[in-house]
Amino acid sequence: MTRIRFQQSLEELKEKLLEMAGLSEQAVQRAIEAYREHDLSMCERVYQGEITINRLEREIDQAALDLLAMEQPMARDLRFILSVIKINAELERVGNAAKTISDRVRNIEKMAVAELPVNIPKMASMASEMVRKSLQSFIEADAELARTVLTMDDAVDAMNKAAFKSLIKVMEEQSQLAPQALNALMISRALERVADHATNIAEDVIFWVLGDDVRHHKSLLREAAQQGKSGESAS
Amino acid sequence: MPLPACWCGRLRAESRRPRIKNAGIQEKGLRISAGEKKLKNEHKIRAKFRALSDGAATGLAVLATILVVAPLVAIFAYLVYKGANSLSWAFFTEVPRPVGVVGGGMANAILGSSILLAVGSLIGVPVGISGGIFLAEFGRGTKLAHAVRFTADVLNGVPSIVMGIAIYSLIVVPQGHFSAFSGGVALGIMMIPTVCRTTEEMLLMVPNAVREAALALGVPNWRSVLAITVKTASPGIITGCMLAFARVAGETAPLIFTAFGNVGWNTRLDEPISALPLQIYVYALSPYDDWHRLAWAGALVLIVLIVLAVSLVRYVTSRGVLKGAS
Amino acid sequence: MGVGIEVTTLNAWYGSNHALQDINLNIPANHATALIGPSGCGKSTFVRCLNRMHETNPVARVTGTVRIGDLDIYKDCNPVEIRRRVGMVFQRPNPFPTMSIYDNVAAGLKLNGYSNRRVLDEIVERSLKNSALWDEVKDDLKKKSGASLSGGQQQRLCIARALAVDPEVLLMDEPASALDPVSTAKIEDLIFQLKAQYTIVIVTHNMQQAARVAGKTGFFLNGRMVEFDATDKIFTNPSDKRTEDYITGRFG
Repeated sequence: MTRIRFQQSLEELKEKLLEMAGLSEQAVQRAIEAYREHDLSMCERVYQGEITINRLEREIDQAALDLLAMEQPMARDLRFILSVIKINAELERVGNAAKTISDRVRNIEKMAVAELPVNIPKMASMASEMVRKSLQSFIEADAELARTVLTMDDAVDAMNKAAFKSLIKVMEEQSQLAPQALNALMISRALERVADHATNIAEDVIFWVLGDDVRHHKSLLREAAQQGKSGESAS
Repeated sequence: MPLPACWCGRLRAESRRPRIKNAGIQEKGLRISAGEKKLKNEHKIRAKFRALSDGAATGLAVLATILVVAPLVAIFAYLVYKGANSLSWAFFTEVPRPVGVVGGGMANAILGSSILLAVGSLIGVPVGISGGIFLAEFGRGTKLAHAVRFTADVLNGVPSIVMGIAIYSLIVVPQGHFSAFSGGVALGIMMIPTVCRTTEEMLLMVPNAVREAALALGVPNWRSVLAITVKTASPGIITGCMLAFARVAGETAPLIFTAFGNVGWNTRLDEPISALPLQIYVYALSPYDDWHRLAWAGALVLIVLIVLAVSLVRYVTSRGVLKGAS
Repeated sequence: MGVGIEVTTLNAWYGSNHALQDINLNIPANHATALIGPSGCGKSTFVRCLNRMHETNPVARVTGTVRIGDLDIYKDCNPVEIRRRVGMVFQRPNPFPTMSIYDNVAAGLKLNGYSNRRVLDEIVERSLKNSALWDEVKDDLKKKSGASLSGGQQQRLCIARALAVDPEVLLMDEPASALDPVSTAKIEDLIFQLKAQYTIVIVTHNMQQAARVAGKTGFFLNGRMVEFDATDKIFTNPSDKRTEDYITGRFG
């Protein structure tokens, strides 16, 4: 096999990214557990993990840059390294989202316990599932699996919108619970962003495996529709 | 740090993939073993042997060069010793005196040689170069080329006396008289093989890239051969001509039955003509001391003239090349 | 102005070696097209079929059609005419060793009978300017011999020589492979500028070079053309696995 050193470097890059992935996913799970169990020590562990995630992000970007400069990768290899760089950024933001959730949890702990009409753990498990699936599709270079992640995003978006509506209602009708509701809202938003990041990761995997850029599918459709309309009005 | 169980399994599986063995260079310690010491000594002995054999080879080469140059120097020195005192203005301007009379020169022989060589070159050089061009550029690999090469080689080996007799039968007898023309033809034919083979060799040495460059410009093949390939090889071709010239300049045997020699002045092509080698031959075989002295002088002059002619051509052509002839 | 090249069912042999098999290709006018492939794949042979230089080998044979512009080069004209319209630059710079720089550039014209001094001067200057060599040699045009220049300069001299006869197509067989990175970069910039006026076909071992200069790239393998597509597609997402194996270096 030729270019064996290069292929080894690619494997090492992949492993590093998977290490980072593990940490990011773990961070989200810990943050949600902190919310469920009202466990502040969990929040601490999230913050600790954040440091490692940031370090790994820099290392992965540096390794990818070196490979681009030194090995002149082409085709599949080039798309792989590009995807790694993007997935790297997404995972770091997942870590940030986990940190946001932890911040909100710490905030909530100072307040009274409140029953809110929003199923944070369910959203969290869906978002986690999306992250896990997208990373699985990366490991296995499975574009089909990545596509299933794209369809799950709508469900999470819907849940977030519903949470928004019901929490606003709570804030209007039970204003003493407003602080808790606000924090819960922010947690819901953070989880919705985690789902978005998982979607982006899946899109990057599809780009790597198939060479297809499937991003912003909806906005492209909207643009095409708009152009169609302006074309009609012009003629 | 504890990772989610699903990831641990994945990472371990990835690590189990085979790595390159011996990917890094092992650094040995600084101790020198006994085996290594022995190796070092062997290197020293080998190095000394190499220096010695190098010196010996250089010495042999110098010796061989001396052995080659020495006869030339010796001959030249001897000629100078024997013939220099007989050189005089008269030698270069007067024709031979009758037998018994002292004095005279070889002016007619010098002129005669020049005319014969001019005729010979006019025949030998164009035919030889054309033959060489054909062999190298147009006929490569053909049966005709093989035949031509074979003929040239055979012609090269024909003894000069045989050449003289052949031209005698072919030209002198039908014409009914000896002539400078027949002498020139004999010399010319003797020049052909050398010129032809050298031209072929020199043309073959022109790199194919030069030919291709010319062809790729849309230059027809014949033009490319003449204007580019031949021009590139011209220094070598000229050397070949010089070699042939120098060889036939000293030929005596073919001239005996063709040019025949002439005690008087002659510039016509259809009459017998004198030549330096011929004259030297006649004088050397004669019983007269005077003529012997003239023969030595003639031999010296012959060699000097050949050297001068070759140097002149070299000078003229090298100047032309440096100028970037357009 | 350049013209397009249309190749149909081209087959070429060296004796019994079937060097090119059923090549079909449309090379666009006024573009640079790169041909890549491993050693011995036939890309050089293909390019030499485009200006009938392949025939200079006594055991060479060609079947099929090559149309340059509207001319079938194997039927409608003889090799010498074609080579005036299709210029070639070789892998190793090969200026004529006995000629000055001026004479080298003018060689194609002089050897075909042009002798008007003024016209030749003009063409030599224009060709040397077009090949980015004018400034470096304008003072020594007739004094320096072609062979006294550096490698990169010699190659640009050969390009100028090819341009002087005003071809429509310029074939370049690994033109920068014998040159250092700076000379290579100069030649690549040159190709980029030249493609506005000529159709350029460049054979190269160096894929990064193909990526830098060519709009379309063809991948040759074992005498066949495997894939021919836009260069950025070939190098980011080729359709054929063999192409991908080659360009990622995973051959064998």
